[in-house]
Amino acid sequence: MDWFYIKGILILSGINLMAVLGLSLLTGFTGLFSFGHAGFMAIGAYVTAMGTVKLGLPFAAALLLGAAGAALASFFIGRITLNLKGDYFCIATLGFGEAIRLILDNVQYFGGARGWPNLPRSTNFTIVVILNIIGIIILANLINSRHGRNFKAIREEELASQTIGINVFRYKMTALMISAAYAGVAGGLLGHYLGFLQPKMFQFIKSTELTITVIFGGLGSISGSVIGALVLTSLPELLRTFAIWRLVVYGAAVVFIMISRPQGLMGGYEIPVGKIFKKLFSRFAYGKKQAVGGGKQ
Amino acid sequence: MLRVENLNVFYGGIHALKGVSIDVQEGQIVSIIGSNGAGKSTLLNTISGIVKPKEGRIEYRGKELPRVPHRVVKAGISQVPEGRLVFANLTVKENLMMGAYLRRDKKGIERDLRSVFRLFPRLEERINQMAGTLSGGEQQMLAMGRGLMSSPDLILLDEPSLGLAPLLVKTIFEIIEDIKRMNKTILLVEQNAYKALSVADKAYVLEQGRITREGSARDLLRDKTIQEAYLGKVQ
Repeated sequence: MDWFYIKGILILSGINLMAVLGLSLLTGFTGLFSFGHAGFMAIGAYVTAMGTVKLGLPFAAALLLGAAGAALASFFIGRITLNLKGDYFCIATLGFGEAIRLILDNVQYFGGARGWPNLPRSTNFTIVVILNIIGIIILANLINSRHGRNFKAIREEELASQTIGINVFRYKMTALMISAAYAGVAGGLLGHYLGFLQPKMFQFIKSTELTITVIFGGLGSISGSVIGALVLTSLPELLRTFAIWRLVVYGAAVVFIMISRPQGLMGGYEIPVGKIFKKLFSRFAYGKKQAVGGGKQ
Repeated sequence: MLRVENLNVFYGGIHALKGVSIDVQEGQIVSIIGSNGAGKSTLLNTISGIVKPKEGRIEYRGKELPRVPHRVVKAGISQVPEGRLVFANLTVKENLMMGAYLRRDKKGIERDLRSVFRLFPRLEERINQMAGTLSGGEQQMLAMGRGLMSSPDLILLDEPSLGLAPLLVKTIFEIIEDIKRMNKTILLVEQNAYKALSVADKAYVLEQGRITREGSARDLLRDKTIQEAYLGKVQ
């Protein structure tokens, strides 16, 4: 395996992770299940491509435009559907995702069902890593703030959250819009990595994959989402030796892990990244001090 | 203090509240009794903004009450929902602090926390315990404490005795009277009609979405038809 191949897998994992991070806020922390996030990815992908190709914007600006486009779409969808309870919201998002795909199938401006070739291939490994780190930092800060507690309160007891005065609708809307913006960025990155877009890439199965990744990593855990995205995107590649049985083994692996660990890999816990860094740093500093002391003697 | 006029609520095609009007005076305990499915919880949920009425007016301190839950809490009304609904994965203290969610005055929150602990010493003993590990009675106390933490003037209590042992029911009702003594007004919804009538100043009987009787709690407690229907006394 050469570095180019591994890098390709890591970039795809990173793109998936971007979408999964957003969904982690919506599903893992706020408790709303969505089966339409591929729709937001599609909007982000096409708006970003429109930005770079048709409007001639720099990639970063186009990505922001894509994120904004997806968030705006989620705002309108949210206004209509967020008052629906649990399963009904889930089904509404499913319908939304498919509708977006079918609309894009018929918009000739974006190439319709045949797809949109020759996009600039601006996405690279560094950009994906940097954007994911930014994405994780923003999400972690949000979750650990006062607001983060409210998302979790809504997930645990929606009615009780209402009775203590949390504006449940607004928090759900915030979670939905942030998750859509993340998905939009992921879509923009995807189109400019592959250099090609087609509505077919954003089928229902893509939404399912994202939700499975969040559950697999553990609901309510950011580090779980990271590990989940890395494992589930690279697993089909690692299983290439199984040839035609590859996806069967993949499915079996997911089923096995869910049976043995129904709470997901991390089960709501986080890897204490901050503490680990602090420890490493203090050890480093301690070592340095000793070295300096030793020098004096 | 609270005036509900001609309230009509529908769940799809079901007419759950049919022109309900009630009046709650400041400083009183007002009980609403009735059997399962009479619309008691619906009435409370409509006042707190969780359920939207099709028709009717809810006035609080002379002004129309907002129809969104968080604004109702801000106006000074706090609901203790049926079945307690405590945050199981938070500690007792965290649950109580969640109740003070809309408040910014640290000193006031601290003072109310102390008065909640005075009211429910059991909660202070278990301050760092996860709410999910409390007994049913303790969870009810926690839900009531959480409701008090928003410093409401009017408290809506939904079935506080649900599923509790008789001795605990007695304790809970004693505490309800203590809360009244803290200058709070209480609107109480209960199936345990005898207890609800004994602590109340005024009471309403709700039957299939309609108020069929109202009057002072003492009169209703002595009323023959009420005794037969709700208190299980055969004449």
